[in-house]
Order: sequence, then structure tokens, then C-alpha cells
Amino acid sequence: MSNGTKKGYSVPIGPIHPALKEPILFTFTMNGEKVEEVDFAPGKAHRGIEWMGMRRNPVQIVHLTDRICGICGVSHTLAFSRAVEQVAEIEVPERGHYVRTIIAEYERIQSHLLWAGVAAHELGFDTLFFLAWRVREESMDVIELLTGNRVNYGIIQVGGVRRDITEDQFPRIEASLRYYEDLLGKMLELFLHDTTITMRCRNTGLMNRREALELCTVGPTARASGLNLDVRQDSPYAAYGDLDVRAVMPEQYLGEAYGDVYDRIVVRLLEVKQSVEIIRQCLDMMPPGPVQFETKIPKLLATCKKAVGEAVGRVEAPRGEALHYVRMDGHENPQTWKVKASTYSNQMSWLKMLRGEQLADVPIIVASIDPCMSCTDRVTVVRDGHSDVMTKEGLHRLSVEKTRRLMQ
Amino acid sequence: MTRTPITAGQVADIFTGAFGDGIESIDVKEWAEGTRKSKNHAVWIRMRRDLLHDAVRKLIEIDYPHLGVVSGADTGDDIELLYHMLIFFGIPHAEITVTITISLPKTDLRVPTISDLIPGAVYTEREKQEMLGIDVTGIPDSRGLFLPPDFPKGVYPWRKDETGIRDDMIKELWKVGRPEGRPAPPVKPKEKKKKEADAEGAAKEPEPAAAKESAPPVQGEAPPEPQSPEPAAEEKEEVTQDE
Repeated sequence: MSNGTKKGYSVPIGPIHPALKEPILFTFTMNGEKVEEVDFAPGKAHRGIEWMGMRRNPVQIVHLTDRICGICGVSHTLAFSRAVEQVAEIEVPERGHYVRTIIAEYERIQSHLLWAGVAAHELGFDTLFFLAWRVREESMDVIELLTGNRVNYGIIQVGGVRRDITEDQFPRIEASLRYYEDLLGKMLELFLHDTTITMRCRNTGLMNRREALELCTVGPTARASGLNLDVRQDSPYAAYGDLDVRAVMPEQYLGEAYGDVYDRIVVRLLEVKQSVEIIRQCLDMMPPGPVQFETKIPKLLATCKKAVGEAVGRVEAPRGEALHYVRMDGHENPQTWKVKASTYSNQMSWLKMLRGEQLADVPIIVASIDPCMSCTDRVTVVRDGHSDVMTKEGLHRLSVEKTRRLMQ
Repeated sequence: MTRTPITAGQVADIFTGAFGDGIESIDVKEWAEGTRKSKNHAVWIRMRRDLLHDAVRKLIEIDYPHLGVVSGADTGDDIELLYHMLIFFGIPHAEITVTITISLPKTDLRVPTISDLIPGAVYTEREKQEMLGIDVTGIPDSRGLFLPPDFPKGVYPWRKDETGIRDDMIKELWKVGRPEGRPAPPVKPKEKKKKEADAEGAAKEPEPAAAKESAPPVQGEAPPEPQSPEPAAEEKEEVTQDE
């Protein structure tokens, strides 16, 4: 692609990316193959959810938050519910906390495996992509068994959960945990000891601890850069306080954190293992009792309506911290509601990670912060006034070709 | 790097000591969940607007914070900005949520940027500018973030006054119609189904068999438009009954 071009040219990527929860427009200023400057413009899928929420009551909003993201449906609802519970001083029954934790951890398993598959696909390793997505189905099946839905679970309610996990479901849950335990060694071997993946991901998309802190990153992206930040550990919510969860850091596996794409794979895969352990502990420790503070919706709404005050609800979503700020002023609807998704915090890190990298590495670096498919639906390369339209397949091919070159 | 955690009460004392009268209120809150009731600590500080930059600097001296987000609320005469920050994360049971609230009167909506101290804050400050219509002075990048480029100027979605979302932007949208000045959609007019074309023919000719001969569906050419959709639908029903 670089024919000794002297002046830089710009490469827009986007704005349509079917797999991202937010389609986004990237503009790269290129010098040959090298990315010199990065800019991005989100907001292609702004739905005004906060505006809608400020005109609805908390029980209605819970269903809205389920739909903020298709992957972390539980996280946003849990963060919102926790904020409302703090304002209204609602105490969730202990069993409710455990059910919330189990669902949240299953969500993490399915999200991380989905991301691992996408990462493999972006590198041109499609057999691994198929494997990761096939094994992800196990967690989706359990989520369906527990909540009735594969996505938009609709299980969290303000003050607890809407469905209990019963004793007869335990053997099925246990079977899925064993399935993942048996599998994990194989997944680690395939992802972390593969020459091609190591060559493509090591020292790609670098970000150090200081930069991760200054750019306000969260979740596996921050932890891979050595920033010890995990809401489950720092401000334990639901049942996490009983379990003494510790953040997964890449140095636990390799003794050293580089802050590259490879470390982000390490963190996510080890978190699957951690999630399996958390779910097993929850099943063992689950206290008996109700799961919902108040099952009668009018009574629940009356409690929320009386509440006056403000609170922040934070949850560690698969991608990082989800933060909801709620202010209630004695009306049915919240006076103010602010949603902060994990990607909101992580997007600034792209600017750092992508600078100086090759165009062929863009798909994997962009995908490395977000467990969704890379954003590259269509690329228009404008050079000397001519423009070629480059499809996602074209960019993907570039990435695969780079892998092949490295293999030779 | 060693970080020695302090309690939420001590954080509150440091701020009271440093800013004195500038602090309007300061609350230390606790919240606990789970069987073991592990406590989460929070400090809510409400202070004078001109002290914001110094307050963030003070917080950085205590421990470099993770900026969660900046929230904004329209309270009628004022816009309140809430800077949600976290310190001492990564140290078990030490994390404190520090929320600094400042109030901007609607007559003067300027606030200094904190992106010189926390570079990642630009993102959320840009969002506050477009959603609340505040003016972040010194922001290195003042472009919009989430709203489309053709969004009307001077409308701020989170505001609850006359500059908020107008009724004509959300109600009776059928009155608005298709925006003018846009090119026609790049699709051919849909070809009618054979049965429908027959029905039209049947309306002109008394004999349905003759109609089929007289009006065969023409390839690649749009069939003639019916005078109005309602009679066509009636005729279609008749034909179905015949069959």
C-alpha cells in the first residue's frame, strides 16, 4: 500500500460496524503503512436512553437498561438497581445477591469467550474462532436455563432478582463449570502458546500503566497494562465481598506485564477461570430465603417514589466498570440519570494504542479493548484524489496476509 | 509506587482543611452488601465552582484518581456537575469514591477543564458540553461527541428548560414528513405481484381471462399506478374469491 508516498493520507474506517454496540468512525492519518494520527467519532447509534429514563420510573428503566448493551445486559441493570437501592435504602435479600453474582459471572464467561473468538478471527485463525464460539454456547445455554433468555435476561429487578436459582438447576450449572475447567487448559494452550498469535499480539497496541491511569481506562484493558482496578475487588458489591475476589493481572501468569494485546488475551482467559471458581463458591455458600425485597411492583414503586437523594452504582462488567449515577427527588422518575458504559472509558486508549502501528494491526488492536467484532465494515482509502473502497473483508485479508508473511 | 490508604473521614478532613469556606457541604457515606457486609466508602463534596481545579489537584496529591465520569443535572436555575472519582483502588478494602459537585448558574455556564490534570477527562467534558450546553474553558477538543451533526443548535438533551428537547422533536413526528433536499432512495419502484396486476386488468375488462392477455406483467418496467390504493385492494379481494 505504501509506494513511497511522501505526504500522509487519511484512511477513514466506519462509521458502520455491525458487531460493535456503538458504530464508530475512525480517521487515521497514515504514512505508508504506519498510523501517525488517530481520531474517532462515536455517537452513530445514540439512542437517548438517559433522556428516556428520566421520563420513566425505576421499574420501567430496569427493562431499558437491559437493552443498553446486548452483551452486558446484567451489568447495566445491576449498576442502575444498586444506585436506586442506595438512594431508597432498599436492602436486597442475601440470596438475591448470590443469584446476581452467578448471572453476572456467566455473563463474563460468555462475553470473554465471544471476544476470544473475535480476536482469533481478526488474526485469521478461524478454526480457533469456531472453537471459541462453540464452547461459548455452553454458557449461553445455562443463562437461558436460569433466566429464560439468551440475551436481555430481564432477571435483575430493583431490590433483588425476579427469578430464583433452584436446587434442581445446580447439577446443570455444575456440569457447565466442569466443562469449562476441562477446557481451560486447552484454550490457554491454543491462545497463548501459539507462535502466530504471539507474533501478532506481543508488543502490539502497547499502553503502559501510567497512560492507562491517565486515560481513565477500566476493566481488562486497564489490568493488562498493570493497573490494578476491579470493582469486584475494590468496592465489593452483591456477593463479591464474601468471596474475596482479587483482580486478575497478566503478571500472575507470565511474571511480567507488557500492556499489549497479548496481555489482554491473558487477562480475559484467566478471568474465565476465575468466574468458574466464583460461581462454584456461590453455589456452595448460597443462603436460603427470598430473592426479592418486595415482589409487589406498586409497593416497590412507592418505596422508590419516597426516596430522595443521590447515589452511584458501580459494577464490573465484562469490559470494565459500568457506572450509573441516579438522583431521585420524590417523584416517580429519577431527576437525573447518567449511564457510563465501560467502552466509554476505554475509547480514549485507542488514540494511544493505535499510534505508530500498521494498518494491518488495526483490526486486532481495535478489537483488543472491546469484546465485540472489530469496527471495520468499510474503509475508503483516499489517495491523490482517487478513492478505492475497501471492504471489511479487504482489511481482514490484509491482516491475514500479515500473519502469513510472519509464518514464512 | 507505594500508596498508603487513608480513610474516607481523613479525606474529608484534608478537603475541609485545604478549602475551608469554599466547601458548602461534605458527607461521608457507607454502603454494604452481601452476607459479610463489606463496606464501600464514599465522600460527597459540594464546593464553590472556582475551586474545582484546585480540588482535583488536591485529590491527585492524595492519590492519582480514576475518573469514572462527570455527571450533570439540571436543577432549574443551576446546572450541577458531579465529578465521580475513585482513589486507592487496587488495595483491598481501601477504595473511596470521591464525588465533587459544583453548581453553575445558568447565567454563567463556564467551568475550567480538568483535562490538563487528567487527560482522559476530555471525553466526558465534550459530552457535558453538548448535552448540557455548558462551556468548558480550555478544553483541547471542543467537538461534539454523541449527537448527529445535523442536530439543531442550541438544543441540549439533558436540560429541563426551554433549551431541552422540544415537543416538536418527539411528538407528532408524522407532521414533519420526509426531510427535503435529500436524494431519492436508490431503489427501483417495487414491481407489483402478478395477482395484483391481474386485479387491475380485471377492473378495466369485464372478462378476467381477457384481462390476463391484455395486461401481462412487463419485465423491468413498473406497472401502472392505481388511482388510489383502497379500490385496488377491494378488487384484489374479489379476484381471490373467484379463484
